[in-house]
Amino acid sequence: MPRKKIQIPESIEYLSILDEKGELDKKLDPNISDDILLKLYRTMVLARKFDERLISLQRQGRIGTFPPTTGQEAAHLGSVAALRRRDWMVPAFRETAAEIWRGRTLESVIIYNNGFSEGVDIPADRNDFPISVPVGSQVLHAVGLGWAAKYRQTDDVAMTFFGDGATSEGDFHEGMNFAAVFQVPVIFVCQNNHWAISLPLSRQTRSKTLAQKALAYGMPGLQVDGNDILAVYAAAREAVERARAGGGPTLIECVTYRLMMHTTADDPSRYRSEEDVAIWQKRDPLPRFQKYLLDKKLLSEKKIAELESDVLQEIQDAVGRAEAQMKALGDPLDMFEYTYADMPSYLKEQKDAFAREYAELNRERNHG
Amino acid sequence: MAKMTMVQALNLALQQEMEKDDSIILLGEDVGVDGGVFRVTEGLIDQFGDQRVLDTPLAESAIVGMSIGMAAHGLKPICEIQFSGFAYQNFHQIENHAARLRWRSRGRYNVPMVLRTPYGGGVRALEHHSESREAFWAHIPGLKMVIPSGPRNARALLVSAIRDPDPVIFYESKAIYRAFREEVPEQEEALPIGEPQLALTGKDLTMISYGAMMRPTLEAASVLKEKEGVEAEVIDLLTISPLKEEILVESVKKTGRAMVIHEAPRSFGPGAEIIARLMEKAFFYLEVPIERVTGYDVVIPLFSREKAYLPDVQRIVRSAGKILAR
Repeated sequence: MPRKKIQIPESIEYLSILDEKGELDKKLDPNISDDILLKLYRTMVLARKFDERLISLQRQGRIGTFPPTTGQEAAHLGSVAALRRRDWMVPAFRETAAEIWRGRTLESVIIYNNGFSEGVDIPADRNDFPISVPVGSQVLHAVGLGWAAKYRQTDDVAMTFFGDGATSEGDFHEGMNFAAVFQVPVIFVCQNNHWAISLPLSRQTRSKTLAQKALAYGMPGLQVDGNDILAVYAAAREAVERARAGGGPTLIECVTYRLMMHTTADDPSRYRSEEDVAIWQKRDPLPRFQKYLLDKKLLSEKKIAELESDVLQEIQDAVGRAEAQMKALGDPLDMFEYTYADMPSYLKEQKDAFAREYAELNRERNHG
Repeated sequence: MAKMTMVQALNLALQQEMEKDDSIILLGEDVGVDGGVFRVTEGLIDQFGDQRVLDTPLAESAIVGMSIGMAAHGLKPICEIQFSGFAYQNFHQIENHAARLRWRSRGRYNVPMVLRTPYGGGVRALEHHSESREAFWAHIPGLKMVIPSGPRNARALLVSAIRDPDPVIFYESKAIYRAFREEVPEQEEALPIGEPQLALTGKDLTMISYGAMMRPTLEAASVLKEKEGVEAEVIDLLTISPLKEEILVESVKKTGRAMVIHEAPRSFGPGAEIIARLMEKAFFYLEVPIERVTGYDVVIPLFSREKAYLPDVQRIVRSAGKILAR
């Protein structure tokens, strides 16, 4: 027979539990405990309000350029909520809610985004990576971490984040392929927010879904409503459990939307319409989660208001602490640190020469 | 002591270190069952199993990116990139992550990995198999760049590279993989990274080289001695970066004449930095300008012409003659 059909999986599962109107599919409710639900809600509100505050700080020139998270909180927060403390999180750069969930302080985010590397803050009891700017490159690190976790016979897993744009990068494909070949405990979470700066998803792929790319590598892949935190959590929990039990990697495509600009240096009006954004504003992950919690009687209008003012106070306190801390961070000599375990002699010479010259330049400026 | 080729000496270093430390993992293309295309990892999969000697799919960026993750977890990956001409596919992983994860994490993670890769011309290889691009790596802060020149120092430097807490690019010259043998002690031997060595003591001329070019350089020194009675001092850099210049400076203060020999292209090559350091620290001791004998600023030719490209004894002797005559 010169031509025949080779059977491969030809469908991709799509999961939605809490739709955009807040209607719940009760059969699929992942039954998250009340205190976790409330903590997730609080973190989501905190991340949202923090994003708003960061944009205003940036517009006032009090911090530098940064990538806002608004609209994508459910996608990354729901995913990391399925991790244990000692599991590894390998972020891209638009997972602020997840980082907060993992224990990163708000002031560290402010300090980092104001151009001080002291803002890199990996909580001591978490095995998390710092954010990674070169798109998709971090995916491979999760594969190595997962491989090492398996080699050391722990049941830790690694979860890595990236966007729809990253699925065009070689490192994404190489990472997926290695993870499947070596059956490592890695969860690939794609935040498909439909935009890679100015390019729409249709310019990244002709594939109907991003999730289906998993099939080519021989691993499970599924697409979830990334603005539905229950669906994201359910999918992540299943993938984490499978990875922990030795079942290998999973790709989860969270369909979401970048409601704000790529970074504060970007102007989305150049490439997308208000109408497009308006459609997605109706699919905001926050109101539907709030409705779910109201229906469950875990929240009340009064509690919502209290929590919001509590969160705003927390942000205000963090801004105050960050600005106080940054006053003490002027020393440029810090740039010489953390280059090598032991500073080579020529680098010591450069550092010493710089320190002398810097002091002299300052004296000249002050007397000039 | 046994007489070994560089391939055998490198294999000994890997085997002995792996025996002592189960955090050492080898990975790369054809490093397992095949023992590496140059056989440097031969037999190691039989001794240590396929969990410690990993035949990977064919993707350089993933080999290095995965190594970075392994290293951050506390393992000591040694990855092999089959030819250094393919290492540009993983260049961004080294530049963006391996060399700066310590900095990016404020010391929380370091990357104690070694990237071994064959480099250089002289073995009549295919296109993209003969380049000498150490300057790329040497330009990256946070990275170390090591190039041994023979079996014994290759073994001792690889041991140090494996134990080093920072990422190390370890270039192995194909031209000397099997070209000669040296006595290599069975017992452990390590050479510190970042310490150039005096290969020959002299008073008339300082010759600075490394890697495959050490052999023609030493041969040129002996020609100069026999024919001209010139006593050249020859320094083997061994580590390109971090470059420690003290021994070079001391030598030039003594001889007043210097030359740098490398097969890498001339412009912005290691010679440029070496000469800049000598200008900063030994300028007033120099009798004549420093000479460079290097590859040309061209694509290294296919093998029928590569001899014309590579510095050899004759070219080195002629250049030495020029500076000695002044």
